[in-house]
Amino acid sequence: MSADLTELYQQVILDHNKRPRNRGRLPTANRVAHGDNPTCGDQCSVYLRLENGKIADISFDGSGCAISQASSSLMTTQLKGKDAAEAASLYQQFHQIVTTGEAPEAISDLAAFAGVHTFPARIKCATLGWHAALNALKGDPIPATTESRLD
Amino acid sequence: MPSWNTVRDDFPALHQQVNGHPLVYLDNGATTQRPQVVIDAVSRFYAHDNANVHRGLHALSMRATAAYEGARARVARFINAAAPEEIIFTRGTTESLNLVAASWGSRLQPGDVILLTEMEHHSNLVPWQLVAARTGAKLRYVPVTGDEGKLDLSVLDQLLTPEVKVFAFTHISNTLGTINPVAELCARARQVGAISVVDAAQSVGHMPVDVRAIGCDFLAFSGHKMAAGTGIGALYGRRELLDAMPPWQGGGGMIAHVGFFESRWKPSPERFEAGTPNFGDAVGLAAACDYLDALGRAQLRRHDGELARLAYQKLSALPNIRLLGPAEEERGGLVSFALSDVHAHDVVTFADEDGIALRGGHHCNQPLMHKLGLTGTVRASFYLYNTAEEIDVLIASIRRIQKFFG
Ligand SMILES: Cc1ncc(COP(=O)(O)O)c(C=O)c1O
Repeated sequence: MSADLTELYQQVILDHNKRPRNRGRLPTANRVAHGDNPTCGDQCSVYLRLENGKIADISFDGSGCAISQASSSLMTTQLKGKDAAEAASLYQQFHQIVTTGEAPEAISDLAAFAGVHTFPARIKCATLGWHAALNALKGDPIPATTESRLD
Repeated sequence: MPSWNTVRDDFPALHQQVNGHPLVYLDNGATTQRPQVVIDAVSRFYAHDNANVHRGLHALSMRATAAYEGARARVARFINAAAPEEIIFTRGTTESLNLVAASWGSRLQPGDVILLTEMEHHSNLVPWQLVAARTGAKLRYVPVTGDEGKLDLSVLDQLLTPEVKVFAFTHISNTLGTINPVAELCARARQVGAISVVDAAQSVGHMPVDVRAIGCDFLAFSGHKMAAGTGIGALYGRRELLDAMPPWQGGGGMIAHVGFFESRWKPSPERFEAGTPNFGDAVGLAAACDYLDALGRAQLRRHDGELARLAYQKLSALPNIRLLGPAEEERGGLVSFALSDVHAHDVVTFADEDGIALRGGHHCNQPLMHKLGLTGTVRASFYLYNTAEEIDVLIASIRRIQKFFG
């Protein structure tokens, strides 16, 4: 297997793909948003319970490739307890990781997605869940799509 | 003269390494590669004969017009149309189907029904949705039987009622590989006075196709899926139907007379070819017809069908795999499958590392995927240059993928 592929399918990613965290509909959610990748048919829904402006609980479901599933799973573990501004800033860092391969220090597990940048076609897979989460935070009733300019 | 023993030599794009492995190109359902003779025909045209068609009186324009109209006659012969005028050059299947839906479909009224099948490509579905929204006609679908991927013709009588004005269906499903009994379907449409529209994108370059034997009213296909260029394709239409249809785009080339407030149209095919057409690639399409006929489309069908049978057999021996489409007979040159533990896109990314080009996803067949409870499949689609050894390379790659994610 090539170095690029090993880099893409890191152990963390395989683990989250196989044993996704916070998967399933959150019964207590007060926000929800859906993400679609029209090119490949991947779908992701993100459920949030916002309390006092912070994400008290979060889950996701949907279907997609290992990259999109692992990314959504890992995202839920990172977003718990964050407010909208912190979530947006985390996404910016994540976006930088998947598009440039460079991880800011102290960014923990999200750095596992650095390998995505050598597979440009897969960047949208990695960001699908994040689009949905940010839209849910905005209370946006419109389904997120990877074709939106938010990338 | 091409020969089956040397076909791979005819296609320059096949001879390259991808990620350190010889390319195994199994994405022919999306687009095929072009043989050097097609590339040369297009280059030769641009190098020697290039001028706009149908409007110049000078030597080059006359040569270009002769080449373009010669290509039309060649394509007509390729599918046994009664006359070259029954061939309208388009950008491809999608544009051909949009043309029928927009032009013929403009006569539809509330209460009329457009009958489609659940296995249609989005390009034989969305144009009909658009015309239904405009005219008030309703859509109806012939169901697909499930993973086996056949049309459930037991309910056709109930569906094909006198309100049905159009019955549009694919010849070979790009997702399931199913070859539909098109001649029978056209005959059934005729019985209720409906027109028949055949999407031949996956069949014309892969098997003998004779529009008069099929008995269809319209038939659409793309050059790039039959060894020719992109941006060229054709719509076959029965002449009397075409001549009764309104234009769908206006512009140069399609008019008999233009005043400030009204115009009159030329007959078919010019009526439906507004603007400068893609004559360069029309010449390439004619060269592709020559190439495929020299090899023989009956042999081509046997070759593709044999590879699909082999691939289906070997894939079904793997664990945790779900195969779509008919098991044996009635299968075109492709196999479509889903691994239970690995998503289609991960399969495609891994196979690419082994130099194998596959397609993963919904194949422009989202409603069918939804019905089958799938978000996508992996598709290996074959053409005349693929070999049994390449199928072994594919199987070995899939085994490695299953092990990695296992
Ligand atoms: C069955 C079928 N119909 C229609 C199309 C659309 O063809 P094109 O994109 O060349 O217009 C395709 C190609 O993907 C196809 O496989």
